[in-house]
Amino acid sequence: MGETNRSSRFGGTAIASGSAVVKGPDVELGRAAATQGVEPRVVSLTVNGHISTLTVEPRMTLLDALREDLGLTGTKKGCDRGECGACTVHVDGRRILSCMTLAAMQEGKRITTIEGLESNGELHPLQAAFIEHDGFQCGFCTSGQIMSGVAMIGEAKAGWPSAVATDLRRSFTIADLSGAEIRERMSGNLCRCACYPNIVQAVAEAAGRS
Amino acid sequence: MHPFALSRADDLAATIAAHAQDPQLAFIAGGTDLIGLMKDRAALPERLLDINGLPDMARIETLPDGSLRIGALARMSDVAANAEVRGRFPVIAEALLLAASGQLRNMASMGGNIMQRTRCAYFRDDDDPPCNKRRPGSGCSAHHGLNRNHAIFGWSDACVATNPSDVAVAFAALDANVLVRGSTGQRSIPFTDFHRLPERTPEHDNVLDRGELIVAIEVPARVEGRASHYLKVRDRQSYEFALVSAAAAVATDGKHLRSARLALGGVAHKPWRLAAAETALRGVSLDDIIGLKSAIATSFTDARPLAHNAFKVELAQRVALRALQAAGERA
Repeated sequence: MGETNRSSRFGGTAIASGSAVVKGPDVELGRAAATQGVEPRVVSLTVNGHISTLTVEPRMTLLDALREDLGLTGTKKGCDRGECGACTVHVDGRRILSCMTLAAMQEGKRITTIEGLESNGELHPLQAAFIEHDGFQCGFCTSGQIMSGVAMIGEAKAGWPSAVATDLRRSFTIADLSGAEIRERMSGNLCRCACYPNIVQAVAEAAGRS
Repeated sequence: MHPFALSRADDLAATIAAHAQDPQLAFIAGGTDLIGLMKDRAALPERLLDINGLPDMARIETLPDGSLRIGALARMSDVAANAEVRGRFPVIAEALLLAASGQLRNMASMGGNIMQRTRCAYFRDDDDPPCNKRRPGSGCSAHHGLNRNHAIFGWSDACVATNPSDVAVAFAALDANVLVRGSTGQRSIPFTDFHRLPERTPEHDNVLDRGELIVAIEVPARVEGRASHYLKVRDRQSYEFALVSAAAAVATDGKHLRSARLALGGVAHKPWRLAAAETALRGVSLDDIIGLKSAIATSFTDARPLAHNAFKVELAQRVALRALQAAGERA
């Protein structure tokens, strides 16, 4: 799985920590805390409405589990460091970065990926708006953009403010969702094709329509 | 990532005992810093203890004495959206909303936020250049390397890194307290004492001991809270760490400052409180720009810029001035 470090300088450290783990990872842990080791364990989660049971190593990210174990490759791995937003999915309705959380920490959680956004064969309004407004070129960031945008519209409807607000004491309503607001709220999703103006238009339209 | 064990905590006392007994155990909450550190091999814990299930640690509440208590497991986005926080302590909400992205704010816990480690590129580099935080005793690559983003106050030859948290700057300005539970009970650490200067042991970012867990951050009720502002200057408009930032909170008599609280981010190993400036600002009119500037300058006599960050000395004074003026407009 996603071992990005190819430097041999760390070989010694990795082997040392690995062998220490094999010796007995849970021996020192307090009894009241549940103890489990490095070996794969079973995790149950609801993905796009279906209960999925996975067997994952603790170190597997939610992103890798979705792509490698469940074959849901719509969610993309860009930076794998929480810097690009390509891996955005919803957990219990909130947008999060699936590269920065562990699959084994999602027991019982409700996950939505880009594959789960349509309903009854109909695209989500934001998916349709991306097509209409040409909100992509290469498409690599698109599923992350759309997952982020859908949840962001929900946050705006719930009255969450953004850094654009000049007075946070005022309440925020969806009518305040200007282009500047959308750009700020979507800043966690990078697009190297720079389709930003079209993405902002697509989100604005979906916010008014959905 | 390296192999590690993962278990879930449901009881606070057992959680603390497990950490106290096991030097290879790390807590994980939001994971937004720790998972990156593990991927970059800057942290290699053998065991992770998932503390998200600990009871009653995600609450945001106002205590009878008017102080604000933020549970360590509260998420940044929930704190920023909280009406009480927005109304009484805008500097906290602003600092949170100017940090990271919507996705990361939904994940990151408040306790983890103030525990996050430096963004010094040498520290994060998995090619493992000399770094006393990464490998104590190996040296500091930034001291005579690329140090545009580094400290101008309080650094040592061992480390010139800065603390990356925005909201920590707001907490420092408001004299918040970090509530910490250990095996012998609870202690309250004044925020300005929580993070430490690098000195000879930059591997320690803060004063927490093994076997201690942050349970909450408490912000005392302050008249200055409402007239407060956070200003952040960075290389791009959003989704970036601060080059320099300032938290300001003031109380006034008409136009004159009765008290001013000022802290800077991006300039030191910890949020940098401007004590001398705060004293000098008392009684100065918010209309007296020269007076404000010279009062702020009293906190910069001990600034020690590095080869690439002399601009921060001027920038930080301007950022402090603008934050102060914006806070003053709310008084």
